Amino acid sequence: MIAELEDSSGQAGEATAYGVPAVLDAARALVLHLRPSELTGVAKGLVSDGYLMCLDVCGVDYLAAATRPEIPPGVKPERFEVTYVFLSHSNRRRLRLRVQVPDGDATLPSLFDLFPGTEAAEREVYDLFGISFDGHPDPTRILMPEEWEGHPLRKDYGVGTVPVRFKAVPDVR
Amino acid sequence: MTLTRPYVRAAGPVFRVSEGAAQSLEPSGPNRMIINMGPQHPSTHGVLRLLLELDGETVVRCKPIIGYLHTGMEKTGETLTYLQGPTNVTRMDYAAPLFTELAFSLATESLLSLELPARARWIRMLVCEINRISSHLLFQATNGMDIGAVSMMLYGWREREETLRLLEKITGLRMNHNYIRPGGVAADLPDGWRDDTLVLMETISHRIEEYDDLLTGQPIWRERLEGVGVITAEECLALGVTGPILRSTGYSWDLRRHVPYLDYDQLELNVICGRYGDCFDRYAIRLNEIRESISLVRQILDRMPSGDYRVQDKKVTPPPRGRIDESMEALIHHFKIFTEGFKVPPGEVYAAVESPRGELGCYLVSDGGPKPLRMHIRAPSFWNLQTLPYMMEGRLIADAVAIISSVDPIMGEVDR
Repeated sequence: MIAELEDSSGQAGEATAYGVPAVLDAARALVLHLRPSELTGVAKGLVSDGYLMCLDVCGVDYLAAATRPEIPPGVKPERFEVTYVFLSHSNRRRLRLRVQVPDGDATLPSLFDLFPGTEAAEREVYDLFGISFDGHPDPTRILMPEEWEGHPLRKDYGVGTVPVRFKAVPDVR
Repeated sequence: MTLTRPYVRAAGPVFRVSEGAAQSLEPSGPNRMIINMGPQHPSTHGVLRLLLELDGETVVRCKPIIGYLHTGMEKTGETLTYLQGPTNVTRMDYAAPLFTELAFSLATESLLSLELPARARWIRMLVCEINRISSHLLFQATNGMDIGAVSMMLYGWREREETLRLLEKITGLRMNHNYIRPGGVAADLPDGWRDDTLVLMETISHRIEEYDDLLTGQPIWRERLEGVGVITAEECLALGVTGPILRSTGYSWDLRRHVPYLDYDQLELNVICGRYGDCFDRYAIRLNEIRESISLVRQILDRMPSGDYRVQDKKVTPPPRGRIDESMEALIHHFKIFTEGFKVPPGEVYAAVESPRGELGCYLVSDGGPKPLRMHIRAPSFWNLQTLPYMMEGRLIADAVAIISSVDPIMGEVDR
């Protein structure tokens, strides 16, 4: 399938894999674009095809992004995107899923049952982006304190800089 | 794929309870006790905290609690240009900082479609292998201290300091080098680097034999490590565990060999594998990986190409220092690169390298500006820590210390 994609390079958006649009990125890795409802089905297909390891789960917030990385036609861009990286040891390839997650309903099915290692990574995405995972065994914050409010890696969450003072700060003692 | 232990939600070795609930939790049996270990415990390698449920002295369930070193480095990364980025990411894995710089630089170069000169690639391999030696020496030192072989701690620290001295000579800094940057490396190798490196490799390979004599055959050492913290290859694959922990189960997987980056495909490299997946295998793998890295450094020394140490692309490379004094354009060019940075075409990419702890990946999203829209580091320690409950289940609490040590977590990388 990857060979077919390499033949048809330059015609992004016309190829599909696992029933969803597929493209090759600059590093010749397969990238699949999907909606939240398709995630579990695609992940099951990946396991049976030898993608035994889920390497990474990473959220991205595209609020106010100047330009987005290319998305094939037919995929509706949403505010959030969650990227999964899978690894197949037998054919030594990585594969990426880019899941579009809408702002109003930021929920994804958890992959814990298929890849138990995603437990901590999904907690991190929940903690930093506020995207919740259905069926996660321990949906709590992981990096921030439990009572923290807000999700720091969202683009509408300020960086929180300390203003620079150009005069000496009066001595408090 | 069959799993030897069921990954059930309610029971199983992972103690899934929130910190607030743990304070008022009643033990589930007469001999049961819930105790807290860390975050200031000396054997937790920084600020790892463990919530343990014990039955007598046996660990029943366990939950690693992290986040005490979280400083929002991924958020900071979104406010820094691509040239400033390595300064930030180098502080994540402070025992092996060059690998994080490398992953970040490879990702940026992939977005820019830059082809590096050969010397830049080989210098990167050289400093990374020296860094791998120093990181594994740090493991030998702390592992020795945790098990009670305090002399090993002193020896490991001594040799690590010598490798850091060489890195300081090459990069200018002892740690947090900011040496590998998008487009190549910060500076060419200094005068006399070849002799210094040869002397260091000679010293270390000699000292490694001493460690072997001191520890490997020693009965107390073997009693403390053999058969402790056993994990299977299936569990490692399911939990996303890479690096020496995966290789200790006999699963041969090393990115340098199996998915080569830089010019690792041109080097003779043996993948060091264990067999039983216990703490002793993980100790032995790291000891032998030092030997393997010494052999790689010697091969690199023989074949170091000449040429540019950074790419001659005016878009990403500042002009040479000498030009700034004589050319107004060069001064403007220099000023623009260091204030505005350079623009990177929109795209997203994942680049991975084999760090001393496993697969270290960098996921980078660019929206076409001079700063990344999202910079994420896939930290191997973050994933490897999830093995702790499975390794500790049914073991004594004294073994817990040996197990944490054998995972070799770096909390700066876990919490980012």
